[in-house]
Amino acid sequence: MISVGAGATTGHKRGKKRSPKPIEVQFRTIVSPHQLNSKWGRRIYWLVLVAILVVFTLAFVFPLYWMITGALKTPEELAQMPPTLIPADPSPDAFFEAWDLFDIGTLLANTAYYSLGGWIVCMAVDVSAAYALSKLRPKFGNVILGMMLATLMIPAMVVLIPLYVTVVDLGLLNNPWALWLPAAANGFNIFLLKRFFDSIPRELIEAAQIDGAGPVRTLRSVVLPISRPILGVVSILTIVTSFKDFVWPLLVMTDSDRMTISVGLSQTAGAVTQNQVMGGLLITSIPMIIVFFIFQRHIMAGLTAGSIKG
Amino acid sequence: MQILRRNLTAYGFLCAALACFTVFAWYPMVREFILSFQKTDLINEPIWVGLDNFKTAFLDPAFSEAWLNTLEFTLLALVFGYAVPFVVALVLNELRHARAYLRFVVYLPVMLPPIVAVLLFRWFYDPGPGLFNQVLDFFGLAPLAWLDSSSTALISLVIVSTWMNMGGATLIYLAALQNIPSELYEAAELDGAGIFKRIRHVTIPQTRLILLLMLMLQIVATMQVFIEPYMLTGGGPENATVTVAYLMFQNAFTLQDYGSAGAIGMMLMIVLLVFAAFQLRLTREDKA
Repeated sequence: MISVGAGATTGHKRGKKRSPKPIEVQFRTIVSPHQLNSKWGRRIYWLVLVAILVVFTLAFVFPLYWMITGALKTPEELAQMPPTLIPADPSPDAFFEAWDLFDIGTLLANTAYYSLGGWIVCMAVDVSAAYALSKLRPKFGNVILGMMLATLMIPAMVVLIPLYVTVVDLGLLNNPWALWLPAAANGFNIFLLKRFFDSIPRELIEAAQIDGAGPVRTLRSVVLPISRPILGVVSILTIVTSFKDFVWPLLVMTDSDRMTISVGLSQTAGAVTQNQVMGGLLITSIPMIIVFFIFQRHIMAGLTAGSIKG
Repeated sequence: MQILRRNLTAYGFLCAALACFTVFAWYPMVREFILSFQKTDLINEPIWVGLDNFKTAFLDPAFSEAWLNTLEFTLLALVFGYAVPFVVALVLNELRHARAYLRFVVYLPVMLPPIVAVLLFRWFYDPGPGLFNQVLDFFGLAPLAWLDSSSTALISLVIVSTWMNMGGATLIYLAALQNIPSELYEAAELDGAGIFKRIRHVTIPQTRLILLLMLMLQIVATMQVFIEPYMLTGGGPENATVTVAYLMFQNAFTLQDYGSAGAIGMMLMIVLLVFAAFQLRLTREDKA
């Protein structure tokens, strides 16, 4: 009787000790599930997890917090040492001042116009090229594809000067086409699109042809609807790249009422107070953060597709 | 007849892309070659000057400094930007919680326009009320001059560059790590391999190609570094942060000497093409 009772109590105690839920393992990695769920494994795991969470938040979120609170502080509070962690008297004035001083309305409208226009041009040019190379297979198609892919080996920066000279010769300075046309010459987009089009079964295309669809109709009614995933990836990639671009718009869009937001901020940042700069930066960041929230999957897919480019 | 028609339609679809590539991708490469033997300010007629542009470039004391700085920047950026993301990806892959948050957060700076990162860090580096010196002060450490001293300026640029770019590499490694078959780890464990041996004998060989590929990509990307010195230091102090791309930009758009800028661009192109050729060979190996 006593032994049973003792056994029951120890059993109960052990049960309590074990009560921390085991760490669930859906896939095996370097550390085995067994090691992970041992007493020390679990302690180390939680320690590492908390450490990583703290370090990542400090490294990647805190700078953005500092930017936001910086914009909410007065210039006097910003100059204060040591700095205040939370704004003493948060005021959104800096945003409105930044909006007026940087002329952000115009800059954002310009940038949106360039990004969306560039997207349309880029998709029209690259989709039709990839379709021709993949499905219509003209003579010398492989040579052309090879030459397009070869441009991926030439980093953008080293042809910056001759590209600029070319645009000047064509008289395209301060013309949005100076942004759109070079962006459309994108070997990587054509590579991604062609690789996807290649995977569309030939029978499908042939069936459309038998039904009397010409190449344009086949592209519109068969190829494009199937290719929605890759079109999404390429679209996001194109829009984000053009929104973020700095050096090229700095060179070709020099009129102050035609600048992109990045260039506009860089030109005016020295002449305004720090809280206004931060307000401007925050307004600039918001569109990209929203895009990232919504299209995270597309962006990550584009990224891993990017790692096997070449 | 039918083949002719098919070819004609195909080239009809291709013509826009061919025009774009010809004018804005293929021709500029040729133009760079021509430019490097000319003296031109884009206003007066260009003059052929033979190898003068290369001579001027080599005689410019900033030229050798720019190459050394670029090399130093690339090496430092590799230490931080290459090794750190791999280790981070290794650890992230072991975690079973908060994965989505960590992935999101590490990629967030990559999404921001570079100008945001650069102007934000310019403020952090402010020797007075800047965040970094305030943190040093909080821990009782002496303040640093960051961008204002030739000894810390370059490393300060590397830090910004790493902060805004490391997310991409991290997520690419993470995807590669998730493709390693778990049987390999199980087998290694049965053979008595500890955690570090598993990393050495399973993880690294399994991700070797992507590691090499990323190395090449990153060398090419960091050797073109421009926006950081342009916005943060203007090449100073005392030319400590003049990079090759920055020097090229200065020659063209401050001195209006597009010929010598073309010559510098040519040289940078040749160096980067060597790395690109390596990369191409690796991709071929990958497909084989």
